[in-house]
Amino acid sequence: MPEIYRSSVLKVSSDRVWDVVRDFNNLPAWHPAVAESRIEGGAPSDQIGCVRAFRLNDGGFIRERLLAMSDYDLSCTYAILESPMGVENYVATVKLTPITDGAQTFIEWSAEFNCDPGREDELIALIGDDVFQGAFNALKERFGG
Amino acid sequence: MVTVSQSTIIDAPIQAVWAVLRDFNGHDRWHPVVDRSHVDDGLKTDQVGAVRNFVLTTGERIRERLLSLSDKDHSFRYTIVESDVPLLNYVAEVSLKPVTDGNRTFWLWRSKFQTPKGQEQELKDVVEENVYRAGFEAVRSAVSSTPSMLHSITTATGQVDAKAISINRYGGPEELLPIDISVAAPGLGEVRIRQTAIGVNYIDVYCRTGYFNLLTPPGVLGMEAAGVVTDVGSGVRHLQPGQRVAYACPPVGAYTSVRTMESSLVVPLPDFIDNETAAAGMLKGMTAEFLLHRVHKVQAGETVLVYAPAGGVGQLLCQWAKHLGARVIGATSTEAKARIARAAGADHVILPGERSLEDQVRDLTGGYGADVIFDAVGKDSFAHSVAALANCGHLVSFGQASGDIGDWNIASLASNSATISRPNFGHYTDTPDKVAAITDRLFAAIRDRVIKVDVGARYSLSRAEDAHRALGNRETTGSTVLLPDISSIQ
Repeated sequence: MPEIYRSSVLKVSSDRVWDVVRDFNNLPAWHPAVAESRIEGGAPSDQIGCVRAFRLNDGGFIRERLLAMSDYDLSCTYAILESPMGVENYVATVKLTPITDGAQTFIEWSAEFNCDPGREDELIALIGDDVFQGAFNALKERFGG
Repeated sequence: MVTVSQSTIIDAPIQAVWAVLRDFNGHDRWHPVVDRSHVDDGLKTDQVGAVRNFVLTTGERIRERLLSLSDKDHSFRYTIVESDVPLLNYVAEVSLKPVTDGNRTFWLWRSKFQTPKGQEQELKDVVEENVYRAGFEAVRSAVSSTPSMLHSITTATGQVDAKAISINRYGGPEELLPIDISVAAPGLGEVRIRQTAIGVNYIDVYCRTGYFNLLTPPGVLGMEAAGVVTDVGSGVRHLQPGQRVAYACPPVGAYTSVRTMESSLVVPLPDFIDNETAAAGMLKGMTAEFLLHRVHKVQAGETVLVYAPAGGVGQLLCQWAKHLGARVIGATSTEAKARIARAAGADHVILPGERSLEDQVRDLTGGYGADVIFDAVGKDSFAHSVAALANCGHLVSFGQASGDIGDWNIASLASNSATISRPNFGHYTDTPDKVAAITDRLFAAIRDRVIKVDVGARYSLSRAEDAHRALGNRETTGSTVLLPDISSIQ
């Protein structure tokens, strides 16, 4: 099963990053690839099991279910229900860890999924670079990093 | 319950940071509050269950047991089992994660513990500040003080061509064949050395003939060499390119112009020891050190019998034993070698004659015998050595140049309550701590002229066959070295 792991350092305290990342309906506000988002059925965005439906700038449409969220661990886990990427069993986690040495944040984003064997490298690079690192870059620009 | 959690970013790849932290017995090399560290019972530093003993710079002692270690997660946990500092039920975890954005390392160090009532805050501050944060800074400077390390991670991937001496099968000196080899770049914890002098030892003969199974042909012989570090792998802290170094230990493979070695086995050379002296004297000097100071602590006034007193180890044993105040008797075969033995400090030299060795020893000692005998001759000498011992004497059999000693009935030793030791170099030199302790005393002895390493013969590396032939024919005195660069032969 292909795995992706990316991590970065943000020069801001973890609670401020968590404020931004925690809202499952907030991707358009901080992810540069996302144009608009809504929570299906009008559920609260921190209700475990809720589904976000969002549209990318390139027109792609994605639905993801919130599987777990922890205000204690500063982490959020979700699964893709529907996407144009051709992935199955895709489960990803974003996690923040405070860096006590200077009020910074260690942010990790990891995922596991299945796909056509021939597309593994391409998808690992696409998701790792454009989705995860792209989000890190936007957060670093926002908070400094 | 007090909880402490500290974290930082180290501007180095995770492999470099893990190489420092992974050594459970290595804190004394980088942590400012740890003065000394050793692991109990000879356990390996990465053996789960190993107990490390810290002596802090404040004099306090702490014993900690390794609970878990994971090279996959780059983490370990440990607990305090005994401490002068009142930290109770203390369990700590060190874990590293890669920062893929910039090839850096996230380091989390956390623990839970209890303290005597009222000391919670004080001890929490101590652990946070003096242990964890001070540790962060120490490792940060340790990994950044070797800029070559980061350099070599990305660039030292190339192999280097070298000339070596190999055997394809066990046998005589004619089996030693010059070959061309490629030497890999140093990996994690390794250094690559351009060797300028290689020591020849009797153990090399045992490896060549198959008497010892340290080498399975085909392979490169040799146990010791000196040279200059050219590249260091990640995680190497105590060595840098350009530094002169030496080693004397397994694995075999020293008969080569370039070698990549585990850095923990490699010792930096002080300015007062040149490379040739180091190659000639490391293994023999380390042998003399542990024979005289560890296997038998030679005392002033003892009578010491040394076989082959004109040989490499023999001369060092004579010099050092004499310095320790012993009365030294050498046993050798020719008057020429006797002169060398006397020059090395032997008070008396025994030559083959009408009277047996044991009778000659008794003649010289008023019938008393020798308190300790250092015998690497083996088959031809062993019975004479037993007979030459004083009551309660100690026979140290550390080699068998003339062949196997054979089976001995232990009951026969009751005739003089003899103690027999059969030490193996490998067991006295199998950890960096042991090597450091032995080489410290050896280098000091060379510096203070307690011993003088005698380079008796030099051969070019390609003529290793001739060097082995001379050693086998007992033609040599002092130490023999092989020189990879033919132009440096004197």
